[in-house]
Amino acid sequence: MLAGACIVATVAVLAVLAPWIAPFDPNEINVRWILLSPSAEHWCGTDTLGRDVFSRMLYGARVSLAVGFVAVGIAIAIGVMLGATAGYAGGRLDAMIMRVTDMVLCFPTFFLILAVIAFLEPSIWNIMIVIGLTSWMGVARLVRAELLSLRHREFVLAAESLGVPALRMVWRYLLPNAMGPILVSAVLGIAGAVLIESGLSFLGLGVQPPDASWGNILTEGKDNIQIAWWLSFYPGLAILITVLGYNLLGEGLRDALDPRLRDTH
Amino acid sequence: MKRYLLKRLAGMIPLLFGITIISFGIMHVAPGEPVVVGQEFNPKVSAEDINRLRAYYGLDKPLYEQYWNWLQRLAVLDFGESFAADHRPVLDKVVERLPITIWINVLAMAFIFAIAIPIGVLSAVRRDSWFDRGMTVFVFIGFAIPSFWLGLLLMMAFGVQLSWLPISGIHDYDWKQMGFWRQQWDLAQHLMLPVFVSAIGGLAGMSRFMRSGMLEVIRSDYITTARAMGLPEGTIRYRHALKNALLPIITLLGLSVPGLIGGSVIVEQLFSIPGMGLLFYGAVLARDYPLVMGITVIGAVLTLLGNLLADIAYAWADPRIRHGGKS
Repeated sequence: MLAGACIVATVAVLAVLAPWIAPFDPNEINVRWILLSPSAEHWCGTDTLGRDVFSRMLYGARVSLAVGFVAVGIAIAIGVMLGATAGYAGGRLDAMIMRVTDMVLCFPTFFLILAVIAFLEPSIWNIMIVIGLTSWMGVARLVRAELLSLRHREFVLAAESLGVPALRMVWRYLLPNAMGPILVSAVLGIAGAVLIESGLSFLGLGVQPPDASWGNILTEGKDNIQIAWWLSFYPGLAILITVLGYNLLGEGLRDALDPRLRDTH
Repeated sequence: MKRYLLKRLAGMIPLLFGITIISFGIMHVAPGEPVVVGQEFNPKVSAEDINRLRAYYGLDKPLYEQYWNWLQRLAVLDFGESFAADHRPVLDKVVERLPITIWINVLAMAFIFAIAIPIGVLSAVRRDSWFDRGMTVFVFIGFAIPSFWLGLLLMMAFGVQLSWLPISGIHDYDWKQMGFWRQQWDLAQHLMLPVFVSAIGGLAGMSRFMRSGMLEVIRSDYITTARAMGLPEGTIRYRHALKNALLPIITLLGLSVPGLIGGSVIVEQLFSIPGMGLLFYGAVLARDYPLVMGITVIGAVLTLLGNLLADIAYAWADPRIRHGGKS
């Protein structure tokens, strides 16, 4: 967990400080520097337009993290809303919401995202929204389950008998008790969103050039696989390390928040 | 068993409707008429295409009527015609691309099972050993590694540096001249990397799952009883514990279907394999809406079928499900 937190913090700091620490302008084209291999000057080499890959990766980190955070924010908002409604209201509303969740789960996520992208323009905003709209199901299920188990506890009955209105009840008394699992799935969700974003950008359906993203640097890497290994190697490594960091942090949080799970790991 | 099967099948009907409703919804997320949006300047779509599509979806009619008409066509497997120059029916295009995608995914799944089960069991039995620790690292990397990056690295290593394996397509250029066995060997060589790349995420997940399942079973009462009766440890582990730990794996099999199908887009694009994923990718790029919609629906139905098969297998393996009625 500590390692995870360190990775997450480092990547976040690098992303935020990108404009100050990037050695070159990420979009500056220089014909004399085309496809230079890594050196003291260009740590991760240069691409087909002579742009510095390390600088582009720093800016790519901003894109990946922004997409991860916003997409997960949307997913959590939808998931909590639907899950809380289902878990607290119960009955028919619960059955209906869970049915819809099952239906969305039938679609291979990546297909669903691509299908929506086909009808919209690929842009960073659309990607955030689409990833968010297609990854709330787990959170909804989880929040529902948590609320169902809390629903008949004494403190809830006590609050209910005092006439606390439903919305306040859920917001003030029930959701805070479900914060742990929500936080864990948010952290793991960011890892997933970063992977999906890079996959989409790799396919050319995500962040559009000239804006840098780890995924679209890799696309160039694929096209130049015979001559420029650094174009493929470094951005992928960045994705791997970032996703690994969020996963480690998420798993660590889960163990810390729920001691019951410790024994099965 | 029969009753269970019928119940499962009946449960699929609302889900099928749900799939069509969501797909229909996607078509209407874009503001305005879905057929016309962004197509004015698309050279691949003629005015004739647009008119044909208007007629196909009945876009001048109210939404519920449009949906109903579309549903009626889907019921007889009429997915419309592709925008592409050949104007072939969507169904034909998908059907000819489907076998290779299914093959790769089935092979990937077989590979996952063959490797992940022994890894999981050994990790559980030798908990906290160097093997277990090593596998834990592998699992975390397997979860985090972008499949397309792994694919690129393998292409670089085995394709470019070592020249052992081909890096694109499914046949060599002189495939037609080869003998039967030579052809199979050629195909196998082409599929090796794609299958491995498709499998990596599932491999990590499955071995983790197997490990915790096995750990849980080993702690249960009947295993303690077996130990108390003095059965040899090997018999306990591999005859009594393993059987029960294997059961949940079947469920995971069903759950991994959507991931594999979704992942086929990236794997097939990376290795230029002419399967359904690549067809879908091309359709998205070309904004070939009938094809996009058709494959989305078919992909979801395949997922549903995968889940059904897994459930049936589970019921067949576990009498508690078959007779209990509770799922």
